[in-house]
Amino acid sequence: MELTELQIQRYSRHIILNEVGGKGQKKLSQAKILLIGAGGLGSPAGLYLAAAGIGTIGLVDGDVVDLSNLQRQILHSTATVGMPKVESGKKTLTAINPEITVNAYHQLVDADNILPLISQYDIVLDGSDNFSTRFLVNDACFFAKKTLISASMFRFEGQLTTIKPHAGYPCYRCLYPEPPPAGLVPNCQEAGVLGVLAGTMGILQASEAIKEVLGIGETIADKLVIYDALDMKFRKVSRPKDPACPLCGPNPKIKDLNLDYAVSCTI
Amino acid sequence: MIKVRIPTPLRPLTKNQGEVETTAGSITNMIESLNSAHPGIKDRLCDESGELRRFVNIYVNEEDIRFLKGKETMLKDGDEVSIVPAIAGG
Repeated sequence: MELTELQIQRYSRHIILNEVGGKGQKKLSQAKILLIGAGGLGSPAGLYLAAAGIGTIGLVDGDVVDLSNLQRQILHSTATVGMPKVESGKKTLTAINPEITVNAYHQLVDADNILPLISQYDIVLDGSDNFSTRFLVNDACFFAKKTLISASMFRFEGQLTTIKPHAGYPCYRCLYPEPPPAGLVPNCQEAGVLGVLAGTMGILQASEAIKEVLGIGETIADKLVIYDALDMKFRKVSRPKDPACPLCGPNPKIKDLNLDYAVSCTI
Repeated sequence: MIKVRIPTPLRPLTKNQGEVETTAGSITNMIESLNSAHPGIKDRLCDESGELRRFVNIYVNEEDIRFLKGKETMLKDGDEVSIVPAIAGG
């Protein structure tokens, strides 16, 4: 399918880049990206992915917009308080780019629904807000061989990495073998989070996703990027494959999603 | 001198300092000396059996000590240590 006159105009600043071009822009329009969570990270990531012309964006989130979300979740507005986040998000993304398809799934992901959901997409962005979902998403993407771009944040600090064990890189469990037990690590609601940090981390996630679609630049699949907003420092540390990994190692213990994610991982 | 980077969740224990100093020795020595200066920090890093918790990583420069010599990894002058716990906020 050729780009239309209006598309050439809309994406002209992309198309002029050698690394993107008309060919890359077509790749973006054929790409299907699923955002787990339409909150702090999913908002900025979704906005830029929509603006970039990612052809199909899926939003999955079981929450409704709350006034306390608006300090950072820029997909939503005062007018959409009370509306399912995925509906509010779909409205915003479609307004920015009516050419793209936005699928809204007003549900929590769980071990039963996640595989059929991610099978419809090429790349998954994890912007969830709890460890149980993060371990579930990692395991599901491993079994479905989907590239996962994972970001997380806490107060003034963010972490980012690309997870693609199907390409020989480590998984999330190679980095953190087990989630913290319940109650040991406070969540954002208890500990707070700098609103703009969500923007920084979500946009970095979108940037890595676009690089994956276009096949350009350096991957961070063997690194963990750590951002400290107070020090204004980015650090990259190495992230090797763990030969003892219970999921992607040579002798895996986890062979399906039949784990008690909710109990073992709740924070 | 060795710099140790303290992550946000542990800063309440270090009077909000993001960076503290330690002297050469092993990671085990470092954890003990951090704990005498900032009581309670060891419990956040290690479980009841003294092993590093499975959701906390310690890096010497850019390398994860789990892939070096674990807690016996030796630190030398000029090294930078980062303590990096899993975080889940989105």
